Amino acid sequence: MTSTSRRPFRRAALARASLPQATAATGSLALLVGTRKGAFILRSNAKRREWRLAGPHFLGSNVHHIVLDPHDRRTMLCAARAGHLGPTVFRSVDMGRTWKEAAKPPAFPKAKEGEKGLAVDHVFWLTRGHPSEPSVWYAGTSPQGLFRSADGGVNWEGVGGFNAHPLRAAWCGDEQSSPPDGATLHSINIDPRDPKHLYIGMSCGGTFESSDGGSNWAPLNKGSIADFLPDPNPEYGQDVHCMRMHPLAPDRLYQQNHCGFYRMDRAEGEWVRVGMKMPKRIGDIGFPLALHPRKPDTLWVFPMDGSTVWPRVSPDGKPVAYTTRSGGKTWQRQASGLPERQGWFTVKRQAMCTDRHEPVGVYFGTTGGEIWGSLNEGGKWTCLVRHLPEIYSLEAAELG
Amino acid sequence: MQVVIPPQLRDYTHDEAQVEASGTTVAEMLADLDRQFPGIRFRIVDEQDRIRPHLRIFVNEEQTRTLDAHVATADRILIFGALSGG
Repeated sequence: MTSTSRRPFRRAALARASLPQATAATGSLALLVGTRKGAFILRSNAKRREWRLAGPHFLGSNVHHIVLDPHDRRTMLCAARAGHLGPTVFRSVDMGRTWKEAAKPPAFPKAKEGEKGLAVDHVFWLTRGHPSEPSVWYAGTSPQGLFRSADGGVNWEGVGGFNAHPLRAAWCGDEQSSPPDGATLHSINIDPRDPKHLYIGMSCGGTFESSDGGSNWAPLNKGSIADFLPDPNPEYGQDVHCMRMHPLAPDRLYQQNHCGFYRMDRAEGEWVRVGMKMPKRIGDIGFPLALHPRKPDTLWVFPMDGSTVWPRVSPDGKPVAYTTRSGGKTWQRQASGLPERQGWFTVKRQAMCTDRHEPVGVYFGTTGGEIWGSLNEGGKWTCLVRHLPEIYSLEAAELG
Repeated sequence: MQVVIPPQLRDYTHDEAQVEASGTTVAEMLADLDRQFPGIRFRIVDEQDRIRPHLRIFVNEEQTRTLDAHVATADRILIFGALSGG
């Protein structure tokens, strides 16, 4: 299918399927840390009071994402790229004691003679598949590519419906429309009611949706702006920093974008810039967003200075998280425990997460190598770890 | 032929700095290396058969930028990681 027209939303069919349980976790926890110089695992007991750091794994490699299978709680995938070497995916089934490289890492097809083919620069994003497909994982790459493994991350195949789509080049843009560290496909979200219903985000490119397991895709960007293009309301081409679907309310999407913070209730099919409700002096620019696991109206963002040359640090050197408990209608400042001045934090799009405990723990990692956590949903922040390399990603993994 | 493996790739060769491989072109030599040490080729060459930007392959003392370069049994192949920043 080559059309970019929007297909009707299959709300009735999707609504019949069951949703995951909303029970709080009570066991031990790990934070999986991807950094510019390797991966680390920060473990705690069930009370989350004592934290023990292990690693590094793959010292010297860029680790963009490290993820534990939330269902089997033993398979861990790690997207790694050493400075000199090509990208790959490693797999562990013993919490990182041993690793084995993918037999067939994500790679684009070889181009025909005379054509310039794409090459994966790095694997950027990893997402475990739907619970009904226990061996399926998805990977997003730079440049923008979508890959799927049907055997737990050992062998990867391109999702041809996206990678070979006749409009892929138009959707993804060229090098001049890419961020300095390379364009990425990220934010792979799978509808818990339907394994074939997928969302992806791209920087740049926008949000896209598939209702047939990735064979066909359509842009889903109405309402989100792109103020860096001649037409600020294009069908595609937006710069999505992070997009997440709430697992208990899969028709609720949130998006932290280059041009603000948005919410979509899928049946409406339009992004609403709820970030406009944030204080003007803070703005609604940032990279990550983290969801409350049980309350679809509650989430956290970490605002950045997106003015002039885009410093991408905490506004005015005062790090702060903002939370909403109303789906973005109102926002509350959460800075207790964070530096009150001269705190020039940068938090990347994969570097903020929540656990599933009660109350929910909220965590973020900085490019300065610090991990901060709050065990009371942002009420008070504590620095858990210092002196790590530049943090790319942070994932909470329930162990017990 | 002898192939000198840089430190970045010795995880694949079980810490061996020098290994033996066969072939009449660099492409065939890399294919043989990959048979012996699965995964090593993709860390050196991308999916479009381009030598990765920060790796260099020398046939004896001459650098090659193409996999079509001919090699012979008596040649010595040297693979290097280029200099890199922080």
